[in-house]
Amino acid sequence: MSERFETHEHDVLVIGAGGAGLRAAIEALGQGASVGVVSKSLLGKAHTVMAEGGIAAAMANVDSADGWKPHFRDTMRGGKLLNNWRMAQLHAQEAPERVKELEQWGALFDRTEDGRILQRAFGGHTFRRLCHVGDRTGLEMIRTLQDRGVYMGFDVYMECTIVRLLTDGGRCAGALAYWRETGRFVVFKAKSVVMATGGIGKAWPITSNSWEYTGDGMALAYEAGAELMDMEFVQFHPTGMVWPPGVQGILVTEAVRGEGGILRNKSGERFMERYDPKRMELSTRDVVARSIYTEVKEGRGTEHGGAYLDISHQPAEYVKKKLPSMYHQFKELADVDITKGPMEVGPTCHYMMGGIRVEAETAQSSLPGLFAAGEAAAGLHGANRLGGNSLSDLLVFGRRAGLAAAQHAKEVSAPNLDEGQISAGESEALSAFQRQGGENPYAVHRDLQKVMQSLVGIFRTGEDMQKALSELAKLKERAAHTSVEGSRMFNPGWHMAIELKSMLTVSEAVTRSALVRQESRGAHSRIDFPELSPEWGKKNNIVWHDGSAMGLRQETRPEMRAELKEILAEDQ
Amino acid sequence: MAEATVKVFRGNKGGGQSVEFKVPVAPGMVVLDALHYIQGHLAPDLAVRWNCKAGKCGSCSAEVNGRPRLTCKTRMDALPQGEPITVMPLKAFPVIKDLVTDVSWNYKVNKKITPFTPKAGADWKFYQDDVDRVQEFRKCIECFLCQNVCHVLRDHDKYEQFGGPRLFVRVAGLEMHPMDGVSRTKVLKDGLGIGLCNITKCCTEVCPEDIHITDNAIIPLKERVVDQFYDPLVWIVRKIRGAAS
Repeated sequence: MSERFETHEHDVLVIGAGGAGLRAAIEALGQGASVGVVSKSLLGKAHTVMAEGGIAAAMANVDSADGWKPHFRDTMRGGKLLNNWRMAQLHAQEAPERVKELEQWGALFDRTEDGRILQRAFGGHTFRRLCHVGDRTGLEMIRTLQDRGVYMGFDVYMECTIVRLLTDGGRCAGALAYWRETGRFVVFKAKSVVMATGGIGKAWPITSNSWEYTGDGMALAYEAGAELMDMEFVQFHPTGMVWPPGVQGILVTEAVRGEGGILRNKSGERFMERYDPKRMELSTRDVVARSIYTEVKEGRGTEHGGAYLDISHQPAEYVKKKLPSMYHQFKELADVDITKGPMEVGPTCHYMMGGIRVEAETAQSSLPGLFAAGEAAAGLHGANRLGGNSLSDLLVFGRRAGLAAAQHAKEVSAPNLDEGQISAGESEALSAFQRQGGENPYAVHRDLQKVMQSLVGIFRTGEDMQKALSELAKLKERAAHTSVEGSRMFNPGWHMAIELKSMLTVSEAVTRSALVRQESRGAHSRIDFPELSPEWGKKNNIVWHDGSAMGLRQETRPEMRAELKEILAEDQ
Repeated sequence: MAEATVKVFRGNKGGGQSVEFKVPVAPGMVVLDALHYIQGHLAPDLAVRWNCKAGKCGSCSAEVNGRPRLTCKTRMDALPQGEPITVMPLKAFPVIKDLVTDVSWNYKVNKKITPFTPKAGADWKFYQDDVDRVQEFRKCIECFLCQNVCHVLRDHDKYEQFGGPRLFVRVAGLEMHPMDGVSRTKVLKDGLGIGLCNITKCCTEVCPEDIHITDNAIIPLKERVVDQFYDPLVWIVRKIRGAAS
């Protein structure tokens, strides 16, 4: 066994080195656990570096009336009340403490005049709530966590991809992975595993997400027997770049609107007046994305099929100071000076509200020993996430997952590894090398993206999604017959062949869940069911691996506590 | 549609050669788009690192027409038209495969640096003026282009004695942090060999984040080292005290 692959053993194995994974690792280390962190990329490159606008936390540094209750209320309302209310409560209560902690680990936020952390306005937040560093908040966060973790002494396995979770009698026991550099296998044995692998944006062609976002964590957890939840809720961020073609989908931070940016159509009309006159540009992302999409669809779009977003009424120096990376991004990639004229923007696939179903307090999934946090987990954001609530989610539930995972590791004995699972995982991973003359995995990926964009996008119909399901079945068949050229050494074609499977599993879960939810709620908009349904508001869709097929059922949501109902009923 | 010729290094630590690909050109296209086209249609096993494709993660560094750059920010239309575009891996680090190099040395050297250590009794009240200067260093996306052009590393192979501009920027971000309470001058002098830098500013020129690495990070750090270790008055005092004891 030892000749075929190396083996590493940890109390806690964290999969994913973005904000949630690093925060989980730090917490588990603090509990005395031995911790390994596995990352598909180099340390510090995870998607968290792309988070721009800020961390939502009711510190009340700028608006003194803010507090956890308004933050809870905004989060629930933004999520169209489908959120796990206990998670929304914990998140709102604990976020300020998590931000202060980050500052004490060296993060340098922009300051108020009296020397505290500055907070800015963002869509769906009643108060100015986002702690930020210009428009590169995520970079500050990941660097701070990275340095802290390295200093505390976790073992990092960089450029290492997990292909299968290993189980031992109904509990999670570790994972099988390969080194991207050599293609050789490596086995991790762990008492607890924390899944912090982010989302699934790469199943759509127009996305703000990087190559890593292939839904691995959700698919791996599903395959190992854990349940997924709310998979129909995929967030399309209203403002991605639309021109030139190569940059399509790259994120334009909501902070542009937070700092006063105005949306207009081709005739110069400030169209948000028609869709949400009260909140205008700072409406929730689902509403703004649909509004831009509708303007374009009805012929009022810009030259390249988007809307104009204009911040040039603000002083040029202010724009460069508060939105430096947007300034450079447009100047260098689109030849647009945003201090002088408008940007062209349109919706881009950005975030997965659904994911691995977890318990609010411990972040434990339905598979004992498997925990999940951040975008890979479901619950906090309900049917739509508010901007800024993701970074706070990573910190609050990353910490909780790390804590519970370390606790769990203290309580259980070391698991046994099953040789059969390992060799089955190896053969499956290598199968694309065995086949000759098959299709290029990249071609299958392109077709998957086309299906998801055209049939399971911002606006959905039953008919389209039925068609999507039959297309996905064909794609699955094609994916099973891809072949790859070259050796196992750093071979992206091979990596794609493996990741395709995750993307197809998650795409199917999204489509099946979206098809049965016969209503429109948050990011899930059905042309054939345009209204909110009170009945569906009481239910979550749960997906699980039912033998060879995908199981789907509805579960009634637990009744919200009376005191939380009162908070929710208050009008602000 | 217009077509470009892109010559990409294919090989590994044992060697390799440039391979020519024809790539269709779209408006606003960047070099990373061309590499993705090659992966998707012509050579699926072409090894390239990339993540955000928006200049925020620093993964896709390479030498384009001999100049170290982020390929995601290098516009095809800004390069000489009608001529082949050459894309080579970073020279200062060992090739793993094609455009992917082994940059693990940077992570190893980073561990020599004393982490952020808050002053005792810090009240965490500080002002924008205090952070403006330090935030510049914290913009670093770790693309390692500065390391790649630094002749102390690239030409003189001083990997054992020297930290390189990226690590000096990191130290500057800690040393000038308004709440930090420790000194890192000893590690700058001994572990990171800051004295070897002779301020040619090559690093500053290639920084995609426009960090003034030499002027704002390295020179002030060199001054701190000089003040502490080479100030003649301090030296004489130490000498006398040393002789007396």
